[in-house]
Amino acid sequence: MTNRKAVLEVKNLQTSFFTDDGVIPSVDFVDFEVREGEILGIVGESGSGKSVTSLSVMGLIPSPPGKITSGEIRYNGADITGYSEKQMRQIRGNDIAMIFQEPMTSLNPLFTIGSQMMEAVLLHKKGWSKKQAHARSVEMLKLVGLPRAEELMKDYPHQLSGGMRQRVMIAMALVCDPKVLIADEPTTALDVTIQAQILKLMKDLNTRLNTAIILITHDLGVVAETCERVVVMYAGKVVEEGPVERIFTNPQHPYTKGLLASVPDMRFKKQSLYSIPGNVPKPGSIKEGCRFAARCSEVFGRCTVESPPLYQTAPDHKTRCFLYDPEEVTAHDRAIVES
Amino acid sequence: MTEPLLKVEGLKKYFPVKNGLFGKTTGHVKAVDDVSFYVNEGETLGIVGESGCGKSTTGRMLMRLLEPTEGTVTFDGQELTKLSPQEMRKARREIQMVFQDPYASLNPRHTVEKILMEPLIVHNIGDTKSRKKMVRDFLEIVGLSSYHAKRYPHQFSGGQRQRIGIARALMTNPKLIIADEPVSALDVSIQAQVLNLMQKLQRELKLTYIFIAHDLGVVRHISDRVGVMYLGKMVELASSENLYAEPLHPYTKALLSAVPVPDPNFIREEILLEGDIPSPSNPPSGCTFHTRCPFAMDRCKQVVPQLEEIKTGHYVACHLYDADMIDKN
Ligand SMILES: Nc1ncnc2c1ncn2[C@@H]1O[C@H](COP(=O)(O)OP(=O)(O)OP(=O)(O)O)[C@@H](O)[C@H]1O
Ligand SMILES: Nc1ncnc2c1ncn2[C@@H]1O[C@H](COP(=O)(O)OP(=O)(O)OP(=O)(O)O)[C@@H](O)[C@H]1O
Ligand code: SF4
Ligand code: SF4
Ligand SMILES: [Mg+2]
Ligand SMILES: [Mg+2]
Repeated sequence: MTNRKAVLEVKNLQTSFFTDDGVIPSVDFVDFEVREGEILGIVGESGSGKSVTSLSVMGLIPSPPGKITSGEIRYNGADITGYSEKQMRQIRGNDIAMIFQEPMTSLNPLFTIGSQMMEAVLLHKKGWSKKQAHARSVEMLKLVGLPRAEELMKDYPHQLSGGMRQRVMIAMALVCDPKVLIADEPTTALDVTIQAQILKLMKDLNTRLNTAIILITHDLGVVAETCERVVVMYAGKVVEEGPVERIFTNPQHPYTKGLLASVPDMRFKKQSLYSIPGNVPKPGSIKEGCRFAARCSEVFGRCTVESPPLYQTAPDHKTRCFLYDPEEVTAHDRAIVES
Repeated sequence: MTEPLLKVEGLKKYFPVKNGLFGKTTGHVKAVDDVSFYVNEGETLGIVGESGCGKSTTGRMLMRLLEPTEGTVTFDGQELTKLSPQEMRKARREIQMVFQDPYASLNPRHTVEKILMEPLIVHNIGDTKSRKKMVRDFLEIVGLSSYHAKRYPHQFSGGQRQRIGIARALMTNPKLIIADEPVSALDVSIQAQVLNLMQKLQRELKLTYIFIAHDLGVVRHISDRVGVMYLGKMVELASSENLYAEPLHPYTKALLSAVPVPDPNFIREEILLEGDIPSPSNPPSGCTFHTRCPFAMDRCKQVVPQLEEIKTGHYVACHLYDADMIDKN
């Protein structure tokens, strides 16, 4: 499992927005990789940079005001950060596909599902006839579990429920057999019973087609149930990364710990919920030290002056916190022995 | 037994569906269709259900922000549904609402002080000096500072704005607060702060809450009793303990089984529901859940099941619990 090859590597990615309030690095030196056929979760609070990260990968950052200001994005080993728009269109068509946060805004209300599906097919399958495109579209709609696929081709988006529209979006993203599918909050706008259907569909497709999936969400329950590994983001940075199993049973970063303790669990009633004090910082407002310092219960001397790097704390586990600095750890052990 | 603080009987709201050139009414959206429940003083009643099932419409009718099509709402012995608009305005001093979207519900051009003073002015409470003091006091109570009084809503984060929304609801010293998705728009860490605040205020000020939400974990955490709605109807109502441990209605079972649990080792008993929620303008006959229910029987298509007390304090509307069915089991 752990030895699977990385298909997508994000290295030292910084994406900034040049606004009237100055340059805001919304994604600030982010590192992670997506391995062949895995489901990787990205969690984090609103504004932590999840969408900007995925738009950067897709080459879809609106410019101006946005720009990738540093780092590289490697797809199958090749750096695609410098690709031209034409080359990126190739990548988007055939290798990496994305489903966006709002299903309604990404389907055109004026065209039938069929014409939009066929357009997506023809974009990637040059030289195909309309008939072939139609057949492929119907096949994809069936693949994502939509009933009456033939008739659905003639329907307009508003005639479909939210869950059905999301299935269409997934079908459309899959027409080109992408190696990586980025799903940005694909179920946030949906009810839980419909969410369960869509998550099951994504897991099925992952197993059947071996598509690697990046699942962006703020719901820790969704991560626990769907993903193999997870990246936790806070204020534009990756603060922890590891296998889901480990992160949920043995979280290391104080933010991850706090986050897990803040979620009410439906299975039992906690007397009182833990809550992380303070507010999520405005992007770009913290210039020095650890971005979580103002809210951290374990903050100490150097946290407000230095920026912690990502420490490798176990073979497949990384944490951005000075508590895991090997030197701090030994100093701490020494202090315990001496006391 | 003491009388409940709030008693709702046979509440309905049918919205007309207008069509064609002359705006003829061609049908009705049965947003809330014959809902009854009560809320005891000092407790929290949670109301859950999927989008469009009528939670907000129910909440708004309790305060008569929406006029019910039918049914009665009795609050503290007074039948609200019979009050004149003027009397109703007075009664609202005792019932306040907190909304989902703190952005939309606070006037962006007013300072926090002005926003919080408004309910005091409307209800003629205190003079300018004492009002200003109350504003400062309540800001502290909800965990903000008195210096926040001079600021505008956009200068606050989402969680802080929700605190302002809660402070505004508290200004008139109400007995009942109807909170419609008060934490749905907030991040997890901020959501926990607001939930804790609401619980603290309830203890200190002896408040009664109706807590509307679609997050079943949040509702479990905060509620003493929980009602589950589906297509305008209350299908199950029980203590939160019993409802989560032993749901009786097939819809509640499916709903609970669909909630992702933040524990990778949890193995669920999954009940995947087929199909989508039907339109409330054309609800299925009989039990409105029969189009998706794995246990649907003949009678389910014809007879509307009534909400009955199956066990002490545990109410269900489902034919599986009809007397002859229980005998069979
Ligand atoms: N076009 C833009 N111009 C300026 N700032 C932007 C732009 N797009 C995003 N940002 C900023 O980048 C930061 C990260 O935003 P992003 O959308 O990635 O957050 P997110 O983690 O996806 O949050 P959410 O959970 O709310 O979707 C935010 O502070 C946002 O304001
Ligand atoms: N003013 C209105 N006119 C017509 N139909 C309405 C009106 N207000 C609500 N409805 C309909 O009534 C039904 C119930 O709506 P309501 O807002 O009460 O649902 P809800 O349970 O609060 O949903 P959500 O979880 O999405 O907030 C929906 O089908 C809605 O479309
Ligand atoms: S580096 Fe310091 S402030 Fe940051 S999370 Fe670790 S202990 Fe807390
Ligand atoms: S009444 Fe019938 S259809 Fe409705 S929930 Fe019960 S068994 Fe299912
Ligand atoms: Mg986003
Ligand atoms: Mg609502």
